[in-house]
Amino acid sequence: MSMREWITHLIKLLFPPQVLLPDIVGIDIGLTVGAIAIMVYLTVRHRWGWLWREWLTTVDHKKIGIMYLIAALVMLFRGGVDALMIRTQLIGPRAHFMGAQQYDEVFTTHGTVMIFFMAMPMVFALFNAAVPLMIGARDVAFPRLNAISFWIFAFGAILLNISFSIGGSPSAGWMSYPPYSELAYNPGVGENYFLLSLQVAGIGTIATGINFLVTVLRMRAPGMSLSKMPIFAWSALITSSLVLFAFPPLTVALGLTMLDRLFGASFFTVAHQGMPMMYVNLFWIFGHPEVYILIMPAFGIFSEVVPVFSRKALFGYEAMVGSLLAISFLSYGVWVHHFFEMGAGPGVNVFFGLSTMLIAIPTGVKMFNWLFTMWGGRIRLTVPMLWQLAFIPTFVVGGATGVMLAAVPADYQYHNSYFMIAHFHNVIVGGTVFGVLSGMYYWWPKMFGWKLNQRQATWAFAFFVAGFWVTFMPQYFLGLEGMTRRMATYPAGLGWTSLNWWSTMGSYLMAVGFLIMVYNIIWSRLHPDWDTTGDPWDGRTLEWSLPSPAPEYNFARIPHVRSRDEWWAMKREGRTDDVKISADSVQPIHVPRNSAMPIMLAAAFFVGSIGMVFSWFWMAILGGLGVVAALAYGSFADYSELTIDAAHVLKTEAAMGRVDS
Amino acid sequence: MASGRQRLMKGLGLAVVGLSIAGCGSDYVVLHPAGPVAQSELHLIVLSTVIVGVVILLVWVLWAYVLLRFRDIPGNQAPYLPNWRHHRVLEILVFALPVVALIAIGIPTVRKTYALDHVPSHHPLVIDVTSLDYKWVFEYPRQHIATVNYFYMPVGRPVLFQLTANSPLTAFWVPNLGGMEYAMPNRVLPLWLEATRHGVFLGRNSNFNGIDFWRMTFEAHAVSELDFHAWVHRIQVTKPPMTHRDWRRLLHRSVTAPAAFSGYPANTFPERATQFTVKGLHYIPTREP
Ligand code: HEM
Ligand SMILES: [Cu+2]
Repeated sequence: MSMREWITHLIKLLFPPQVLLPDIVGIDIGLTVGAIAIMVYLTVRHRWGWLWREWLTTVDHKKIGIMYLIAALVMLFRGGVDALMIRTQLIGPRAHFMGAQQYDEVFTTHGTVMIFFMAMPMVFALFNAAVPLMIGARDVAFPRLNAISFWIFAFGAILLNISFSIGGSPSAGWMSYPPYSELAYNPGVGENYFLLSLQVAGIGTIATGINFLVTVLRMRAPGMSLSKMPIFAWSALITSSLVLFAFPPLTVALGLTMLDRLFGASFFTVAHQGMPMMYVNLFWIFGHPEVYILIMPAFGIFSEVVPVFSRKALFGYEAMVGSLLAISFLSYGVWVHHFFEMGAGPGVNVFFGLSTMLIAIPTGVKMFNWLFTMWGGRIRLTVPMLWQLAFIPTFVVGGATGVMLAAVPADYQYHNSYFMIAHFHNVIVGGTVFGVLSGMYYWWPKMFGWKLNQRQATWAFAFFVAGFWVTFMPQYFLGLEGMTRRMATYPAGLGWTSLNWWSTMGSYLMAVGFLIMVYNIIWSRLHPDWDTTGDPWDGRTLEWSLPSPAPEYNFARIPHVRSRDEWWAMKREGRTDDVKISADSVQPIHVPRNSAMPIMLAAAFFVGSIGMVFSWFWMAILGGLGVVAALAYGSFADYSELTIDAAHVLKTEAAMGRVDS
Repeated sequence: MASGRQRLMKGLGLAVVGLSIAGCGSDYVVLHPAGPVAQSELHLIVLSTVIVGVVILLVWVLWAYVLLRFRDIPGNQAPYLPNWRHHRVLEILVFALPVVALIAIGIPTVRKTYALDHVPSHHPLVIDVTSLDYKWVFEYPRQHIATVNYFYMPVGRPVLFQLTANSPLTAFWVPNLGGMEYAMPNRVLPLWLEATRHGVFLGRNSNFNGIDFWRMTFEAHAVSELDFHAWVHRIQVTKPPMTHRDWRRLLHRSVTAPAAFSGYPANTFPERATQFTVKGLHYIPTREP
């Protein structure tokens, strides 16, 4: 091939027609200008070194939590814009806001981004921000692995997100069922982006799972037996164990699809008797536990928020823990409910229908226990509590429609329809999103040291929740009217028009809510309301015994835990001085040293993935070698800890008034 | 006992169906069954809605009550019980409540799932369905005719659809007649439906398979036995048979207008690796080399 032909070929590969739509080019230009502006700012202000030292190479779980949070909010924005595009397209019959190809790309990106790059990192943000503090640990078990997890996730997210401007977006849906996702039906690199980005991000997720599993099991403060552990830590433990067993099947499913697409295998193809059903099974053996990976942290958050803002101990702690365990156990045995219509026969369908219904029992127990926790309490309508209060009546509807879907013959009529779409948005938005937003507002002062303005946050809440109901309730009825998911547009005359119009209006309300939230964050940063006490909500667990934000080493003195809700007990029993140090007892503290290896490793993964996406195998090999090199460097480098000497600790603590005289 | 319960369920079903028909227009295709399968599924939908509706209401009422009564406002007289963590009876009750609700939904679920798996006739009308990219091909092996994107069925006679695909996964759905079943390459799956009233019912593919997915619809015409035979005869005498060229044209990725053929090449609905046979009234999956 001549040089010229080669360049033409390259340009066609990188910029196929679907990435040259005017709106996409417009966004490309906007993003480029934005990136340049940020770089200029960093250069002019001499902030590159700061960025590198304080953030890019940090291994501090608190900072990693903040980075996860920022990434998740950016992805919420991206997925939200996709959602608005979808809803705008569906506002009326025969709409031409987008072509069908672009519509397919948008709903695929929306689902993938929201599940893997918004909800998951949001959960990990809160794990990182809160779990080590609430169990009295100085960091997670493997701080550098934690940074690796974050950077691998971040580069995975970047990989998926650049697809729309370079090479083309995936368009086979977030489940990406073969054979449609195979080369025969889905040429182009979009699907490769999907496979590689999830594969890479998945490695980070599994590592996070291992990390928090060990952290919660091994790093608790003395005296904190499992039965004295806050429920959020329990949920982190159980979620992590789910991650550990749920993600490998996904890895296999994605890997086999990749072999089909890149190396001509036929695991799931139509030709050569491939078995698409195998993918469907593997995907949902991952997929169903995954939805519980998303909801359990929300359950954990609410179990922290309700007692604090009801000024009352959690009702039925043992039942709460037991139901989390029961749900995690059951969630491995229900995956077939995602395809009752694939001919498994009545015996199998009935088994999985009933096992699915069983999940409603522990879930129901939890709902009532939260209500009983509020019963006899004193409910304060703070923003975290508002989200919780919106969650209960919303989530009960989502859980109830889940049971309706589990009634097998009824599901024959609901499956793939907007009824099912309404169900899972009802549980994911009304459960997970309400939950992580509650957690975000709850731990924000601890993460940043300043509080978010409550009045603005209440408005954001009101718009978002109202928008949620207006968006998703009509969709149940659309399902009963026979509207199926993923329709690029629909004809008039089927009775779908007005419900769709309402649903679109609701999504705009949610968008307004999100914008107010962003305004709320920026405004509160510019007019900070500093949290000087470290305990702005009158909290119950150990993180509130620390100043906000916590110092690098978290606890100058590791507390000795005697009861559940230890900080509450300390306050009641007048033992709050227990958290202070005295000048003669202060010890030097070891903290892990920053490392450039995680971001290098992730960058190597990124390079290798790009090579795989475009089948430039020399580049894939280069990336692979980079990964090996980074790992080798990481293993042999002198990864010593940094010692913060006693005098420095004393000074820091004294400045916060935490030294006993 | 059983008949009493059945009568109760029927009465309940009828009442709610009546209400929903009065309340919702015929656009609510799932709520307007035109045959026993959809009818049976609708009963379960109604029953489960009522049961979970009771639970939802209970939670909402409790929620509203707690929220009104236990607010942190000065002078609130409600009892304050900061250490109330356990109540044996309550904890058993909240466990029992979902259990009872689920038994009430679970039993009819099991019964109906098995019931719907039996074709209620030894002589159903058989239609072989193949989904191609963005069109449906219906072949009548006994009548030896084929249609594209529409089919006729006699009222009052069960129809056994044998579904396969020469395309990515699709799902065959005529909500008025009953729930859906996938059509998959390399497999044949059974689905029986029956119409008990005349009409033209819209069917569609419910599983995304590409850019013209949303246009992949078809019409199910339910007509009297007499009209059905007349229609079959008309096709047999007036339409040309499907040639291999016609078939290859159908395989193109495109949306096509409805069409009919008197006859079709045998290999258009070939034996699949995984089949099923109907033995008695049951579907029996079989594997062939
Ligand atoms: C009482 C609890 C629940 C039950 C009984 C239940 C039941 C079901 C069933 C039977 C389906 C399959 C419907 C179909 O495809 O025809 C389904 C779909 C789904 N559920 Fe649930 N569910 C429950 C809670 C949840 C929760 C807590 C989440 C996530 C936070 C969730 C997320 C989803 C998602 C994402 C799908 C659809 C995925 C897709 O096809 O794209 N569900 N649920
Ligand atoms: Cu599931």
